[in-house]
Amino acid sequence: MADQVILGLTPSQTVGPYFAYGLTPGGKYAWNDAFSNDLVTPDAAGDRIRVVGQVFDGDGAVVPDAMLEIWQADAQGRYANPRDTRALPNASFKGFGRCGADANGGFSFDTVKPGVVPDPDGKPQAPHILLTVFARGMLLHLYTRIYFGDEAELNAADPVLALVPAERRATLIARRDPDSATYRFDVHLQGDDETVFFDI
Amino acid sequence: MTLIYPRESNIAHPPRLFPGYKSTPKRSPQKPLILMRQTLSELTGPVYGHETVRPGDHDLTTQHKGEPLGERIIVHGHVRDEAGRGVPNTLLEIWQANACGRYIHVVDQHPAPLDPNFTGAGRAQTDADGYYRFVTIKPGAYPWGNHPNAWRPAHIHFSVFGHAFVSRLVTQMYFPGDPLFEFDPIFNSVPDEKARLRLVSNFDLANTKPDWALCYRFDIVLRGRDATPMETK
Ligand SMILES: [Fe+2]
Repeated sequence: MADQVILGLTPSQTVGPYFAYGLTPGGKYAWNDAFSNDLVTPDAAGDRIRVVGQVFDGDGAVVPDAMLEIWQADAQGRYANPRDTRALPNASFKGFGRCGADANGGFSFDTVKPGVVPDPDGKPQAPHILLTVFARGMLLHLYTRIYFGDEAELNAADPVLALVPAERRATLIARRDPDSATYRFDVHLQGDDETVFFDI
Repeated sequence: MTLIYPRESNIAHPPRLFPGYKSTPKRSPQKPLILMRQTLSELTGPVYGHETVRPGDHDLTTQHKGEPLGERIIVHGHVRDEAGRGVPNTLLEIWQANACGRYIHVVDQHPAPLDPNFTGAGRAQTDADGYYRFVTIKPGAYPWGNHPNAWRPAHIHFSVFGHAFVSRLVTQMYFPGDPLFEFDPIFNSVPDEKARLRLVSNFDLANTKPDWALCYRFDIVLRGRDATPMETK
């Protein structure tokens, strides 16, 4: 019988209220940032975009002590990770960003619009950015996806969006500003317009 | 090596709603999470080179002109996957209160002294075997407003990446024998006792540095196991 020794995971604990000086110091503390909310590298091909939003709690109050991280493919749909072995052109674009929320729960990321990546059956997934949310009061981070409002056709065929009840899908679609390459994506941790979070 | 990330391993984690921790009821979703298959997006994650970690970032006692006050300690261990294999070249970030239980963060108003020689932030990368090591000061317990006379047991916050976006972990390391454990809702939010005890470091006499520092071992296990289980008897 096949058997494998499996170690139990180290459990998650909240990021707490005081992470900023260690994880997102932003010049305010005697420590440097390992990551930034600007993912754009000089050689990154594709459309430069900005994603902005706010984090809200179940009362609709802003969450000023949240941390958000994103992970995405480049404009060709390639992840900067050895598990992505497809022969696609690569840049120094890394695809990972981190942003501490401001006093209004606000966050922003400057990046490039990701390309199409395959699902496990090889079907195309609509362009998307993975988003994780950490905060005081969250014992385990939450995981969601940012899709793009101007990709209606690809969104309609996306295998992950198809899992989401139709009336909740809008919470996963970032709306493009008509005058700029800025998309708005608010995160509601709870409530009537609660963002769809995924169990992965 | 192909790793898989079974969802059932997540049973080790606390529930998102844990009313004893009073900030959770308004910050946890009430609608069901949507089950989905992991795709290439979830199975990949950031890979960083040594440029992210500068020499000395792992030593929180040498970041200022003078030495911080408090009990100097070594905190070390391995980051492993569920199959027990070391996770190489992965980034660890830590942050903590000083020896008096005070954070340098502007929001921390605990009336305990700040230490001009201690920031409380550090960074390290695991080596080829998944091993990491920090030098720091033992943090103090501190009060918080969760309930009357609430105190957090002494802890160091850890942020770890692993091989994939699904292996991302933010946690806290505790010290053995802390009398505050039984009163702390954050520690006790982990439902399984064995899992809870994995948050507690072990005193490591063998690796103390005589006449210099005590040592604690904190091994971390992240999601990820073999796609094809090994044959064993
Ligand atoms: Fe803390």
